[in-house]
Amino acid sequence: MNLLIVLPVLLPLLTGVGTLLLRSSTRIQHVVSITGSAGFLASAILLLVRLRDGGILAVQLGNWPAPFGITFVADLFSALMVLLTAVIGFTVALYSIAAIDLPRIRYGYHPLLHFLLMGVSGAFLTGDMFNLYVWFEVMLIASFVLLVLGGEKAQFAGAVKYVTVNLLASMLFLIGAGVLYGKTGTLNFADLAFKLAQNPEPALVNTSAILFLVAFGIKAAVFPFFFWLPDSYHVPPAAVTALFSGLLTKVGVYALMRTFSMIFIHDMDFTGPLFLVLAGLTMVIGVFGAVAQGEMKRLLSFHIVSQIGYALMGLGIFTQLALSGAIYFTLHVAIAKAALFFVVGYVARRRGHTNLARLGGLLRESPLVAVLFLLAALSLAGLPPFSGFFAKFTLIKAGLEASQYAIVAVALLVSMMTLFSMTKIWNEAFWKDAPERMDTDARVPAPYLQAGDKWLYILPIILLVGITIVMGLAAEPILQMTGRAAEQLLDPAPYIRQVLGRMP
Amino acid sequence: MNALILRISARYLSPILIGVSVLLLLRGHNDPGGGFIGGLLAASAMSLLALAHGTASARRSLRVDPRTLIAVGLLLALTSGFPALFGGREWLTGMWTLPELPLIGAIPLGTPLWFDVGIYISVVGFTLTIVFALSENDEEEAV
Repeated sequence: MNLLIVLPVLLPLLTGVGTLLLRSSTRIQHVVSITGSAGFLASAILLLVRLRDGGILAVQLGNWPAPFGITFVADLFSALMVLLTAVIGFTVALYSIAAIDLPRIRYGYHPLLHFLLMGVSGAFLTGDMFNLYVWFEVMLIASFVLLVLGGEKAQFAGAVKYVTVNLLASMLFLIGAGVLYGKTGTLNFADLAFKLAQNPEPALVNTSAILFLVAFGIKAAVFPFFFWLPDSYHVPPAAVTALFSGLLTKVGVYALMRTFSMIFIHDMDFTGPLFLVLAGLTMVIGVFGAVAQGEMKRLLSFHIVSQIGYALMGLGIFTQLALSGAIYFTLHVAIAKAALFFVVGYVARRRGHTNLARLGGLLRESPLVAVLFLLAALSLAGLPPFSGFFAKFTLIKAGLEASQYAIVAVALLVSMMTLFSMTKIWNEAFWKDAPERMDTDARVPAPYLQAGDKWLYILPIILLVGITIVMGLAAEPILQMTGRAAEQLLDPAPYIRQVLGRMP
Repeated sequence: MNALILRISARYLSPILIGVSVLLLLRGHNDPGGGFIGGLLAASAMSLLALAHGTASARRSLRVDPRTLIAVGLLLALTSGFPALFGGREWLTGMWTLPELPLIGAIPLGTPLWFDVGIYISVVGFTLTIVFALSENDEEEAV
């Protein structure tokens, strides 16, 4: 049934509409939000089960044939990313029950959350460049509002940068699409790949390739376009930051991997090394930025940047193993990162701030959360048996096989630095004794948490940490799956055949 | 604001604007127009009322909260995709019927119109949510 591809977009839309209609009651909104995201999760799992052996599904919405209508395509890579979206969406919806304050919910937090999820899964499923642009915009508009919802001064300061830079990226994206359309007369991924394979025109195609690289690079926060991210991601509540860090930059990574494995493949000698240089710089600058921070959210925001470098490294090496590692890494980092941001949200609720110097004693106060933080942090740093180890191991193995020793050295060094900055959070927030004078922020009404609320904070963290452990223990089957996804990326012919119904 | 000319003309203009907006909506399938443009025009008719008689009065004549309109419109647009599934087609495929009506004759009715009506309603809701919020802010400051 082809509705299976459309469901991951339809269900969040339906949930968003439902929460908008039933906005008079917070309790009902929560119920709709949880039910809807559980349905979304179920549909994503069904899609993955259907495609696990490497099939490709394509649907022409409205029955308009391929290069003209709107095409939705799901291959294994898309299905994995949609599942990631659903997992993050579900845990964020769960976490939001206790963590999002009433005024934000009144101003439409829930509809925005689900519209954002719709935009993200649309971006993962579309088979058309312009449609991708539209989903980017759906996602961005929802994220703009989520960023400023609450109306704190810092939020507006962060949002100005976020909105300006992202609009610039959208403009470059549109110009790139225009150039590409002017050259080929099509924006359908499959049709583009087909036409450019027959008639590559280096000058124009490279122009649009670079425009796309910058546009997606800004969205993914790749060096040197990362500066907006640490400045804006720390301002909204932790639930929103977890959502953004888990999904928004990953959409940029997805778009880069999709376009540069399928459409812009005629100048690999240039793009490969370029990606490796960008990957290395992104990793290093991100992690140095992180080490210098004294505030948990900002520190972790810099880590988002640093981790993007690893995914890019896989794209730069461009072997089956490297792409497989990059996909696995993207899944891993989104989950581990969301768990860490959830912990930060919990700390912020307990103490009213997340300034490392003034924190402490959290290990004694909430040992369970401390342990969960430690597990997620070790996974992020890449210690076995967690998912981070296998993600980095695969990437580094791929790097060694491809004789890219420089990037391998950088990746290892950055892992060490990641571990270092994670121990910094551990020492400052959890291990050391609480400071003598406990100062809490006046804006937070009660640092005291009711038992039920406390578990609503902790349950999503347990879920995500559980997933990162399972991903590590079941690394073999998952890596086989990402390996098949990588094979599909390297050989676009079945994708093209599925969409256009004919062979190049 | 209390401008006599504006108030009188708004009284006559807004029904005309709303009529034209429905016309635009209906002709939109093959001619310029459609749910989006029609919705914008209808929203501008309501904004004119808000300008002339005040936002509170415009809200009263709308009867429903514009945010509800957004949701209802989206729901309509969304559901218009499903009839195609019962005919075994892809989601959102246009499905048509030709009911015979007395006097007028056969008129083509299809899911694209259903979709467009959804868009019309949600555009009205979305635009008015913004216009009302901004103008209420203004009126508060003026007081």
